[in-house]
Amino acid sequence: MGRFAGGTQHKERRDPGPVELSDRGGDGVGDVDSNMVLWGQTVLYTIYALVTIAVVAWFAYRVTHPRPPGPVKTGLFWTFFALLVVGGVSLHLTTAATIPWVEQEINRSDTTPDKTFAIVARDHRFELPAMPLAIDCDDTVLFKVTSEDLTYGFGLFRRDHSMVFQMQVVPGHPNDLLWTFKNNGLYSIRSTEYSGPAGARMGVADAVSVTGCGKAV
Amino acid sequence: MATNDAALDRSRMSFRETLLHGTGKAFHPSSLTTMQKLVLRFVILGLVFYGFAAIEGMIMRIYAIEPVPLIDTKHYFGMLTVHPLVGIFGSTYLIVMGAFLFVVPLLMNKPLWNLRLAHWNLWLIVVGTFTFWLDGFITHYAPLYTLYWPLPADFTQYHPLGGAIFITGIALVMLGTACFITNIFATIVYRPAAATEPVASGGVAIRSALGITGVANLFRSRERRAEHAVSLPVAAIARGTVDMAFNTIIILFTGVLILVFMVADLIGRSLANTSVDALLYKNWFWWGLDLIADGLVLIFVAGTWYLIATMITGKPLFMQNIARAALLVELVVSWTVWSHHLLSDQAQPVMLKIVSGELVTAFELVTQGLAFFITLATLWSARPLKMTNELKFLLGGLLGFGLAVPAGIIQADIGLNRILHNTQWIVGPHVHVAILVGLTMTLYSAIYLLLPTLTNGATLYSQKLANFHFWAHLVGGVGMGAFMGMAGLQGMLRRTIYTGDEFLPYMILAGVCGALLIAAFAAFLFNIVMTVGLRGAIGIFRPSKLDSTLLLPAAPAPAPAARTAH
Repeated sequence: MGRFAGGTQHKERRDPGPVELSDRGGDGVGDVDSNMVLWGQTVLYTIYALVTIAVVAWFAYRVTHPRPPGPVKTGLFWTFFALLVVGGVSLHLTTAATIPWVEQEINRSDTTPDKTFAIVARDHRFELPAMPLAIDCDDTVLFKVTSEDLTYGFGLFRRDHSMVFQMQVVPGHPNDLLWTFKNNGLYSIRSTEYSGPAGARMGVADAVSVTGCGKAV
Repeated sequence: MATNDAALDRSRMSFRETLLHGTGKAFHPSSLTTMQKLVLRFVILGLVFYGFAAIEGMIMRIYAIEPVPLIDTKHYFGMLTVHPLVGIFGSTYLIVMGAFLFVVPLLMNKPLWNLRLAHWNLWLIVVGTFTFWLDGFITHYAPLYTLYWPLPADFTQYHPLGGAIFITGIALVMLGTACFITNIFATIVYRPAAATEPVASGGVAIRSALGITGVANLFRSRERRAEHAVSLPVAAIARGTVDMAFNTIIILFTGVLILVFMVADLIGRSLANTSVDALLYKNWFWWGLDLIADGLVLIFVAGTWYLIATMITGKPLFMQNIARAALLVELVVSWTVWSHHLLSDQAQPVMLKIVSGELVTAFELVTQGLAFFITLATLWSARPLKMTNELKFLLGGLLGFGLAVPAGIIQADIGLNRILHNTQWIVGPHVHVAILVGLTMTLYSAIYLLLPTLTNGATLYSQKLANFHFWAHLVGGVGMGAFMGMAGLQGMLRRTIYTGDEFLPYMILAGVCGALLIAAFAAFLFNIVMTVGLRGAIGIFRPSKLDSTLLLPAAPAPAPAARTAH
């Protein structure tokens, strides 16, 4: 217990031993992290966009060509309708099944965190219980952020500026996010919501340190 | 539009002559009816405000590459606040309203209910938009259009007087919008005293317009089903206007609430802003604001696609009963999707996130996808078609929504929203591609289509400029959205100033695309000015001497869409 400063520690952890910090460490529960999800989204959406552009370009070419006009079959319409329904629903089913933090998010009230950090946002500043917030590998951490004045955001970012996660911080309401860290890293906190010009650069560099993982990604 | 003749005329007229009198001196503002002039005023002023928004957008694109020393943080966020508001209310609202105030009477074969109200509609929005734009420029009141409580009433950052003037400007826009709503519904239901043809009663027309007739038909035998009393585009306009009405009420109510806090502060009686629950505020504000983005825009756009497709082809709309039903579904869906804006609000109930935020929102993929397919199928049924300006811009608009709607559905997912919310992904591939490519290209299509009718046959100055307008706008809009989206996927936030070079390559490329958009608009504006001439443009703002009840100089004939869309 003695090694953790700031916040609340809920269980004993083994000594992870020295490891290197990673600039682009993974995070999140399971083997899937936000980088992997965003990479997958980039590939899939790019393919979708290129196909859509190609279809519209093909249509623009063909619709001007002198071919005998014929009605579009209603079967094609209903097939397209079915594809839309399947596409809309399957997106959420797929992400629920493959993105690990979805289930953790929905069931977060039933989960006992390994650590809890109580963070206060006021006057366009984050007040942290310690600096940095030390997290052991595999820790499931509860970030409890309260705002004493405006609506802010709370986001964790890697050193290459990519996002690990974010949530809104609404005054007068609990804003808590559960996250399991799987890889080493040094992360910055940044407000992800506009809170007026005074909050344009609201954040804390290198505010979270994750150590103890056997590998550096 | 007779562009071949225009080329011939250009060779005979000097540049100066064309600039003054328009191409071939074919445009005569004195031949326009009051209604034609009114619509053209809506469009011209809407384009002026588009110019405001475009220039501001370009300045911010430059700022994202290299912060401009002349613009401090407060000024930057003041600009960021008015940029979307000028774009939506000053530009899009004016162009859409002008077109619909013309199209509804045209399709229903009767004069607009109240011309004076339409003038109030125009000038209230123009004055209101200019008021909040100027106020943002001078006082830097900058809570952004999202107005998350208690930021709009944070008087440590903003002066309450500046805020009060800003909110008054927004209120004027909403009053102008109320004039439009009244005029549209009154035009649908009223029976002109001098009607020469049978006109449906107000009750029958409004039931058809709102979809009640269609729903009732579901429970009737085939023989007892009632005919639709209004055409499909009019039904789309009416249903979108329902969302516009709800949105106006919410924004007016919110504005009054904020004004109360400002006035109290100004008279030295500060109110505790904790008296307003920030999450409840966020819910009602997004419920109302989303009626624009996920309601009236999608419904109006679908209706406009249908109208343009039937006018281009002269053929009935493909699966038009399904299209009517989809518009009604879209209306209901638009009332229940707001929670996708609160997927990152941890106090928001999980059931609302899943049902409203994810599942109902996914219906927008279905309704907008059907509109996409129906429009393409209608065009396909009439091939071969000539690739006119209206057709190419219509296809551009379809492509824009084809790209932007799925991008929105992706972010309306609990898992993905955790890493996408408030990133450049939201404003790039979703918002800007939807507005700049989807919506704006649809509006350009309507402008190119209606220009000959509204100007009594003015000839377009240059087809080459129109082609450049098309390609520069399409490539610029899609490209800017794409590069913003790439930066967003790398973690770049919206509404945030980056002073390092974290995302510089993406911002430079987005800036180049932004410059293309500006060049496209400049080409379009120049083409239009050379088409009607400076004297013609001024003449549009002079009163018409023709009978004010006339829609067009000749007796109004039913439009092709009116005949085919039933």
